[in-house]
Amino acid sequence: MNLLETENLTRTYGGVIAVNDVSFVAEKGLITGLIGPNGAGKTTLFNNMTGLDLPTKGKVYFEGKDITGWNSHNISRLGISRTFQNIRLFSDMSVVENVMIGRHYMTGNKDHKTGRLKNMLNSYFRMNEEEDIMFENAIKLLKFFGIANLEQELARNLPYGHQRELEIARALASEPKVLFLDEPAAGMNPQETEHLMATIRKIRDTGVSVVLIEHDMKLVMNICDNITVLNYGQMIAQGTPHEIKNNSLVIEAYLGKDED
Amino acid sequence: MFNFFLLILIYTGIYALMALGQNLITGYTGMLSLCQAGFFAIGSYATAILTTRYGWSFWGTLPVAALLSALFGVLIGLPTLRLKGDYLAIATLGFGEIVRNVLNNWDSLTGGPMGIQRIPMVTIFGFTINPYKKVAFLIMVIIFVLVTYYLFERLGRSRMGRALQAIRDDEIAADAMGINITKYKVWAFAIGASVAGIAGSLQTVYSLSVTPGSYTFMVSVLVLCMVVLGGMGNFAAVILGAFIIQLISYFPQLVGLSGVIPPQFKQILFGAILVVMMIWRPQGIIGVRSYMVGRKNSKKVEVSNELA
Repeated sequence: MNLLETENLTRTYGGVIAVNDVSFVAEKGLITGLIGPNGAGKTTLFNNMTGLDLPTKGKVYFEGKDITGWNSHNISRLGISRTFQNIRLFSDMSVVENVMIGRHYMTGNKDHKTGRLKNMLNSYFRMNEEEDIMFENAIKLLKFFGIANLEQELARNLPYGHQRELEIARALASEPKVLFLDEPAAGMNPQETEHLMATIRKIRDTGVSVVLIEHDMKLVMNICDNITVLNYGQMIAQGTPHEIKNNSLVIEAYLGKDED
Repeated sequence: MFNFFLLILIYTGIYALMALGQNLITGYTGMLSLCQAGFFAIGSYATAILTTRYGWSFWGTLPVAALLSALFGVLIGLPTLRLKGDYLAIATLGFGEIVRNVLNNWDSLTGGPMGIQRIPMVTIFGFTINPYKKVAFLIMVIIFVLVTYYLFERLGRSRMGRALQAIRDDEIAADAMGINITKYKVWAFAIGASVAGIAGSLQTVYSLSVTPGSYTFMVSVLVLCMVVLGGMGNFAAVILGAFIIQLISYFPQLVGLSGVIPPQFKQILFGAILVVMMIWRPQGIIGVRSYMVGRKNSKKVEVSNELA
């Protein structure tokens, strides 16, 4: 059973076919790359898998369960977490609060032993340790990214690179099974990208599967275990980095056809 | 003169309750709602009708006023909270006007444009809180404001308050983080509406009569002004905003110039203040306080650079 897969997924906007009959697979414990020229439908496919958008046709399965048409917040509760192409932080909240939001759904009424009302009152008057645990957990994640010293800073005041890291930290706070990264290296310089690659590997090594969209080929070829290539909404190739590098269809999509 | 100042403080308190609710809806959750006057009216009429017709005591009508307003908050919230920004403002504005028109025309229940008079005064432990003796009434209003302030401040710092702020800052991201946006928005709307309903009850037992003319769109705008002036997302600031707005409203009478300065003057002044605020201090007089700053348990967490 694959961790996450789409079955003949199609998404059209009026007459435009953004994603056409794509059967995408992400395996457990691996880093899966999703590449393709601009407008190939990568982000649309992402949005369809994470519930921000509804497929026109086709299915999405997570751990064998049909999650097509589920709400975004319900999908994220299953263990699917994501970042966005244009960073979407809670910009008027502090850095640590941003990460704490990531754990939001794991807290609250989960413990039925103590009863729902009691739990609500506890959280309201902060008599429980839940908040402290959330806070400590958030600090741990911030330390992992080396930005724990900025915990009280407003998210909007962080430099760009840190904002990207904070977004990943927030996504990890919900202890996801699979992490979707939409162009995590966009706008980063080579050193920052290098650092990010190491971070993504570390994340994978903790047992979180990663699916990422990226244009930086060095990053993709270096860290991905599997790569899927989209072009004009169609899946044109799927395989290891080595296979993808030598695939004529992929070369054609990126560099054009040889005219001779 | 002193009595007049007490009146200003009493109105500050009543409006501060509405402004606290508005702050939860607009300052925390980021929904631009313009119908606090509608909930205010519902609370007012609930108390007026139940006390005059059915002989209820004021204290018995309070929960009814709060729950009824909250119920209407949910009813209007469920269909309209999917709207954003200006569209939500227009939809809620419509709701406020519908409430006023219903009150104006449902003669058999609300007395139509004449309203309801001879509302009994509040009594507590055999002691009558006479609105003409303003000190006792003011104390009651202050207690209401303080209790509400405390509860809202707690709410703002709680897990729910954080979720509301997340929704305000980015709905799509909040949704992707597992927050049920619709649920929280409706809750915020209902809670904000219920305190406006309580404010309405207080207004009823203060003026001892209700007429639809006191619940115009201008009331909602005034309440929004208080929130913007004080500082969105900061409950203490909102109370200050309520005081300043009320002081300006009654300024001509306070300095004994009501014969010289026309009442329209205050609307010009509100407009001017809002423009000035938006240019120089859009975050409000006090501004937003970040709750996590100075959090007591910033105790060091011992972790290496590993994921837990």
